[in-house]
Amino acid sequence: MLARLLKRELLRHWRCRQDLINPLIFFLITVSLFPLAVAPGSELLSRIGSGVIWVAALLAAMLSLESMYRDDYHDGTLELLLLQSGSPFSVVMAKIISHWLTTGLPLVIMSPLLAVMMQMNSNAIGALMLTLLIGTPVLSLIGSVGMGLTVGLRQGGVLLSLLVLPLYIPILIFGAGAVSRAGMGMEYGGQIAFMGAFLLGSLSLVPIASVAAIKVSLK
Amino acid sequence: MNWQWFHRLSSPKWFYQISGRWLPWIWILSLVLMAAGLYQGLYNSVVDYQQGNTVRIMYLHVPAAFASMMFYVIMAVAAAIGYIWRIKLAHMAAVSAAPVGAAMTFLALLTGALWGKPMWGTWWVWDARLTSELILLFLYLGFMALHQAFEDREVADRAAGVLAMVGIVNVPIIHYSVEWWNTLHQGATISKFEKPSLDPSMLIALLLMIFAVILFCTAIMMYRMRNEVLSREHSKSWVKEVIGL
Repeated sequence: MLARLLKRELLRHWRCRQDLINPLIFFLITVSLFPLAVAPGSELLSRIGSGVIWVAALLAAMLSLESMYRDDYHDGTLELLLLQSGSPFSVVMAKIISHWLTTGLPLVIMSPLLAVMMQMNSNAIGALMLTLLIGTPVLSLIGSVGMGLTVGLRQGGVLLSLLVLPLYIPILIFGAGAVSRAGMGMEYGGQIAFMGAFLLGSLSLVPIASVAAIKVSLK
Repeated sequence: MNWQWFHRLSSPKWFYQISGRWLPWIWILSLVLMAAGLYQGLYNSVVDYQQGNTVRIMYLHVPAAFASMMFYVIMAVAAAIGYIWRIKLAHMAAVSAAPVGAAMTFLALLTGALWGKPMWGTWWVWDARLTSELILLFLYLGFMALHQAFEDREVADRAAGVLAMVGIVNVPIIHYSVEWWNTLHQGATISKFEKPSLDPSMLIALLLMIFAVILFCTAIMMYRMRNEVLSREHSKSWVKEVIGL
């Protein structure tokens, strides 16, 4: 069931490819604004690079949450899926996984390019990819709760950021912290372990909250 | 066993009547405690040997910070009760607790800034406790904004309830990650003043003020709940009697 739902989600995303590319372009533009605004000097850039890339990834992941539920909610597909699939958790998980595959994973793949632009060293680039690989699924998971709550609202976008961004703070702290430690040649296994714990914790708790959120919106 | 008393607890009408009888007493108790606490804190307690008279901000700052966390828990627990057992009164309590808690969070941040300027030489530092308090304010604002966004109050209650429950799970995670982040970035930050043993006269004033502020917040929350009851139950006959229609 999950596989079939996942295939449907991926097909749906593939049919509106522009929506997938836009968050990536946003990610690229946001990061490249910083050298223009701060200073092009390499020393400063490499120091703030980890934070800038992480914040940009956070915002890009958040902006792309719309595609998760909105269309399916408005044409009634979401309601039918929840009624007929037998397991609302599979529906939600399929949406979260496909959101990560179409937004989180491309961000991970793109991040070394931006890291080079931010003059980060190879140690930090490895850590950046690793933390984004563990961290972006958490962003998709937590985001699905916020999106589920705001999907029925007309002005959901700004509200979504108010709901979701405070909950993203722990993952931002550990993600950016690990990268800046790696850049200074320090051990960062502790942060990675914490992020893994966040991932497992949210993987087990978020589907419950997310289903509850959608059920509220569908009422 | 007779469960009638339990069901009566969740009746808006019962709450309206009983809270009307309790409110004057809560007010009196709160104001008496506050007067005693302020007297003790502003005149009768010793001056801190390092901070001088500035330490007296503590008697408002600490109770506000305490209440800001306490009312978040009250809000989340009430929202969970309302969500799980579909009790309207619990949702009204959650909705009424949020602005009170947010106001106390803001007050704690404001008094903290006023205290920080003479003591630390700056209005704001990215200290772990300050940052957690700021994030707590964001969580309150998110709850209130989400509740405002829905037109249907019952849907709003349930949506905001889900958010409050997600929030209460996250509060400890946010708190500890902020604490860890702080120790990670700055080795020796400006620490909060050491209080190995608080002078008894200070402790009495602080405890009096904590109870006074909590009772004050409870009274405000009760007013808000009474308003919620009246506006949500406005078509019921007992409400029409109360407001004299």
